[in-house]
Amino acid sequence: MTVDIRLAADTALLADAGEGHEEHHDTASIVTLGFWIYLMSDCVLFAALFATFTVLRGDTAGGPTGREIFSLPNVAIETACLLVSSFTYGMAMIAAERNRKSEVLRWLGLTLLLGLAFLGLEIREFADLVHQGFGPERSGFLSGFFTLVGTHGFHVFSGIIWMLVLMAHVAYRGLTPDNRTRLMCLSLFWHFLDIIWIGVFTIVYLLGAA
Amino acid sequence: MAGANAAHAGVPHGDGEAHASVRGYVTGFILSVLLTAVPFALVMSGTVPAATAVPAAIGLAVVQMVVHLVYFLHMNRASSQSWNMAALVFTVIIVAILVAGSLWIMYHMNANMMPGMMPPE
Amino acid sequence: MFGKLTMSAMPMNQPIIMGAVLFMAIGVVVVLGVITCCGFWRQLWTEWLTSVDHKRIGVMYVILALVMLLRGFADAIMMRSQQALASDGGAGYLPPEHFDQVFTAHGVIMIFFMAMPFIVGLMNVVVPLQIGARDVAFPYLNSFSLWMTVSGAILVNLSLAVGNFARTGWLAYPPLSELHFSPDVGVDYYIWSLQVAGVGTLLGGVNMITTILRMRAPGMTLMRMPVFTWTALCTNMLIVAAFPVLTVTLGLLALDRYLGMHFFTNAAGGNPMMYVNLIWIWGHPEVYILILPCFGVFSEVIATFSGKPLFGYTSMVYATICITVLSFTVWLHHFFTMGSGADVNAFFGITTMVIAIPTGVKIFNWLFTMYHGRVRFETPVLWTLGFMVTFTIGGMSGVLMAVPPADFVLHNSVFLVAHFHNVIIGGVVFGCMAGYNYWFPKALGFKLDERWGKISFWFWLIGFYVAFMPLYALGLMGMTRRLDHMDNPVWHVYLMVAAGGAAIILCGILAQLVQLFVSIRNHVALRDATGDPWNGRTLEWATASPPSFYNFAETPVVLSRDSFWDMKRRGVAFHPPVHYHRIHMPRNTGAGFILGVLGGVVGFGMIWHIWWLVLFAVAAGLTVVIAHSFDEDRAYYVPSGEVAEIEGRHFQQLMPQAGD
Repeated sequence: MTVDIRLAADTALLADAGEGHEEHHDTASIVTLGFWIYLMSDCVLFAALFATFTVLRGDTAGGPTGREIFSLPNVAIETACLLVSSFTYGMAMIAAERNRKSEVLRWLGLTLLLGLAFLGLEIREFADLVHQGFGPERSGFLSGFFTLVGTHGFHVFSGIIWMLVLMAHVAYRGLTPDNRTRLMCLSLFWHFLDIIWIGVFTIVYLLGAA
Repeated sequence: MAGANAAHAGVPHGDGEAHASVRGYVTGFILSVLLTAVPFALVMSGTVPAATAVPAAIGLAVVQMVVHLVYFLHMNRASSQSWNMAALVFTVIIVAILVAGSLWIMYHMNANMMPGMMPPE
Repeated sequence: MFGKLTMSAMPMNQPIIMGAVLFMAIGVVVVLGVITCCGFWRQLWTEWLTSVDHKRIGVMYVILALVMLLRGFADAIMMRSQQALASDGGAGYLPPEHFDQVFTAHGVIMIFFMAMPFIVGLMNVVVPLQIGARDVAFPYLNSFSLWMTVSGAILVNLSLAVGNFARTGWLAYPPLSELHFSPDVGVDYYIWSLQVAGVGTLLGGVNMITTILRMRAPGMTLMRMPVFTWTALCTNMLIVAAFPVLTVTLGLLALDRYLGMHFFTNAAGGNPMMYVNLIWIWGHPEVYILILPCFGVFSEVIATFSGKPLFGYTSMVYATICITVLSFTVWLHHFFTMGSGADVNAFFGITTMVIAIPTGVKIFNWLFTMYHGRVRFETPVLWTLGFMVTFTIGGMSGVLMAVPPADFVLHNSVFLVAHFHNVIIGGVVFGCMAGYNYWFPKALGFKLDERWGKISFWFWLIGFYVAFMPLYALGLMGMTRRLDHMDNPVWHVYLMVAAGGAAIILCGILAQLVQLFVSIRNHVALRDATGDPWNGRTLEWATASPPSFYNFAETPVVLSRDSFWDMKRRGVAFHPPVHYHRIHMPRNTGAGFILGVLGGVVGFGMIWHIWWLVLFAVAAGLTVVIAHSFDEDRAYYVPSGEVAEIEGRHFQQLMPQAGD
C-alpha cells in the first residue's frame, strides 16, 4: 500500500490539532449560536402575536378598550422588576466569570424573586380583569391582549423553572463548562424576554393609553 | 474542571467577544431606566398629544432594544459574533415584512370587506 | 375520566373507514410480527429508536415519508375515483362528510408527513457527510425532532380509527374550522398533530443551520460548500423564520376552540381574514422549504451524471438566497380574491412574478451543466429531466395566476389544483425520488435496481400528465376544487381520464415497491463496495457505503469546490490516513424517543379533552428533560484502535477496485 506524501501533508494538519481541546472550546459557542437561532424563531413568534394584537386592537365588541382597563403604574412596576432582574442576571454572569459559585447563586436567586414578582403582578392584573368579566373570551381585542402578554408571561415562567433547575445544577456540580454554557443560554433568554417586554409595554400599554 | 485556568477555559466566549463588566451593565441599566421613564411620563402626564407621544414611544423603545442588545447581550461587530448578527439582521427583516405586510393587508381587507367597522389604527 | 372519548368514537357504522382501519391494523400487526419473529426488538431499541446518528435518523424520516406516501396516495385514488364516478349525476361512493376528510387528510399528509420528512431525511443523511462533519450540531435534539414528527403522523392516522379528521381542507380556514361549525374532534386532530410535528421541524431547523454554519471541515468556505448544502441552509433558515407563524396561527385557533377566544370567530370582534393572512405567511415559505432542497438534489445529480462541475455555481447560490428572501414577499397571491384591493394585489402580483426569475436562472444553469457533458441517463437523471420539463410548465401556470385578474377567474378552481400538483409532483416528488435513488447506496450500502427505477419513473411521469393536464382544462371550464359530486357530462370525460392518470401513477408507486423488494433481495449483487457508485464529486462519496458511524476517520481538509472530485484528481482519494485518532462521539439515548411519545400523548389528551393525561405527559416530559440534563455520561471516545480496525476492513475491500 503506497502512502502518498501529499496525503500525509493533508492529514498532518489534523493529526495533532488537539482535537479534544478544540472541540470542547467550540462546543460552548456552537450551543449558544444554536440557542440564539432558536431565540430568533421566538422573535418571529412574538412578531406574529404583535401583528395579531395590533390588527384586533380596535375590535372591542362593545367591551372595554385598553384605556379603560390598563393601569400604567402597575405596568411601570412590572417593568422595573424585569429591568432590575436583567441587571441582577448580568451580575450573576460576572460572578460566574470570576468563578464565585455562591455569589452566582445569590444573584440568580435575586433574579428569580424579581421574576416571580413580575409574574405575580401580571397574574393579579389578569385575575382582576377576568373577575370584572373582561376575560379573553369577551372580545377580539381582549383575546389578543391576554394571549400576547400571557405568552410573554409564560416565557418568563419557563425561564424561572429553568433558573431553578440551573441553580440546582450549579449548586450540585459547580461552575463546570456545561453549566457555564447553560448560564450563557439562560442569560440570552432572560435578556431577550426583557427586550420583548419593551415591545409589550410600548405597543400594548403605552399606545393603548395614549 | 474549576481551577487556575478556569477563568479563561471555562467561560463560553470566543476571541474578540466583549467581556462583561459591571460598568457595562450599570450603563445599560441606567440608559434603560431613562428610556423607559420618558415614554411612561409622556403618556401618563397626558400633556403630549398622541400623535407625538406614539412615535416617540416607539422610537425610544427601539433605542432601548438596541441598548439591551449592546450592553446586556454584548452584540458587537466582532468576528465571533458574526453569525449571531447575521441571524439577527435576517430576523429583523422577516419581522418587519411580517408586521408591516400584515398591517397593510389587514387595513385594506377591513376597509373593503368589513364595511361596518372602523379600520384599526 | 376520558374527556370526550367514548366507544362511539370508533366509526363502526362506516364500512369504508373501518376497511381502511382494518388494513392499517393488519399492516401494524405484520410489522410487529416480523420484528418479533426476527428477534429484532433489542436491536430496534439500541440501534434505531435510541439512535442519535444523523444517518439512521435520516433513514427513519425517509421510511416515514414512504409509508405516508402510500396513505396520502390512497386518499388521492379515492378522490379521483369519486369524482370520476360522481360527475355525471351519480353520487359516487363517498358521502360528502367523508370526502371532505379525504381531501383534507390528503393535503395534510402529503405536505407535512410525506414531503417534509422526505426532504428532512435527505438533508439529515447527506449534509453532515457533505461538509465533512461527524454528526449534526445537536444529535439528541435531532432524535427528538424525528420522534415528534412521527408522533404527529401517528395522530393523523389515529383519527381514522378514533374520531374523525378535519373536513376543512388542509389549511383549516375559519370560520369553518371554529368550534361553531366544526364541533367535533376533527380540527383538533389537525391542530395538535401539526403542533407536535411543527416543534420537531422548527428545532430541526435550528439544528441544521448551526451544523452548516459551524461544523464544516477546515478549508470548506461557504462558497466551497456543495449546492445541496447551500439549499439545505436556506431551507432551514426558512423553517426557522416561518414555522413560528404556523405555531402561533394554529395556537390562536386552538385558543378560540378551547377557551372561547375571538381571534378568528365571526362574532365578538374576531377576524377570520387574519387567519388566512397568517397561515399563508407560513404557507408560502413552506412550499419553498419543500422545493429548495430538491433544487439542490438536481444540482448534485446533474453535475455528477454529466461528469462536469455545476455550471454557474455562484449564480446558483445567489439565486437560492434571492428565492429565500423573496419567498417572504409573495404570500398574498394565495388570497387575491379575499378583497385587499388593487394596490395590494398589484404589489404581490409583481413580487410573485419576480420570484420566478431566480428559478429561471437555475433552470438555465442545469441546462448549461448538461451541455457538452457526457450525460449518463440513469434513474436519478431521468427524474431530473422529468422535473425540468414538468416544473417549468407548472411554474408557468403559476406565473399566469400571479396576474390578479386572471387569478380572480382561476382561484380555487382545479386549474389551481393542477398548478400546485404540477410543481409539487414535478418539483418536490421528482426531486425526492431522484435523491432517494441517488443517495440510497450511500445510506444502505447497495444500489437500487436500475430497471425498476426506470419503470417507476416512466409510470410516474406519464401518470402525472394524464392525471393533471385534464385538470387545467377543467379549471378553465369553470370546475371548482373539492367537489364531491357534480352533473356535467363534459367534465365527466376529463375526470375519467384523470382517474386513469392516477391509476398509472399507482403503477409507478407499485414499481417503486417492487424496486425496493428486488434491490433488497439482490443486495449482494448491487453492493456499493467503493462508497462511490456514481463517480461523485462531493465529500459524502469519500466515505464507505454505508459510512462508519463516525463518518470520517480523519476530518478531511478541503481545498476547493467539489472537494472529492478534487481529491480524486490529486490522487489522494481512497487512501487511508497516516495515523488514527480516538474519536469523540455522542451516546445513544432513549430520551428523544420517550419525549416524542409524550408529545403524542399530550396531543391526544388535548384532542379528547383528557386533561389529567395532558398534565401527566407534560410533567413526565419535564422530568425526562431535567433528568437528562443531569446525565454527565452523554458522550464517549472511540479508541483509535477500533477506528483503525473499521477503516482497515473498508480499505481491504477497496483494494481490488480502486486503481492506484
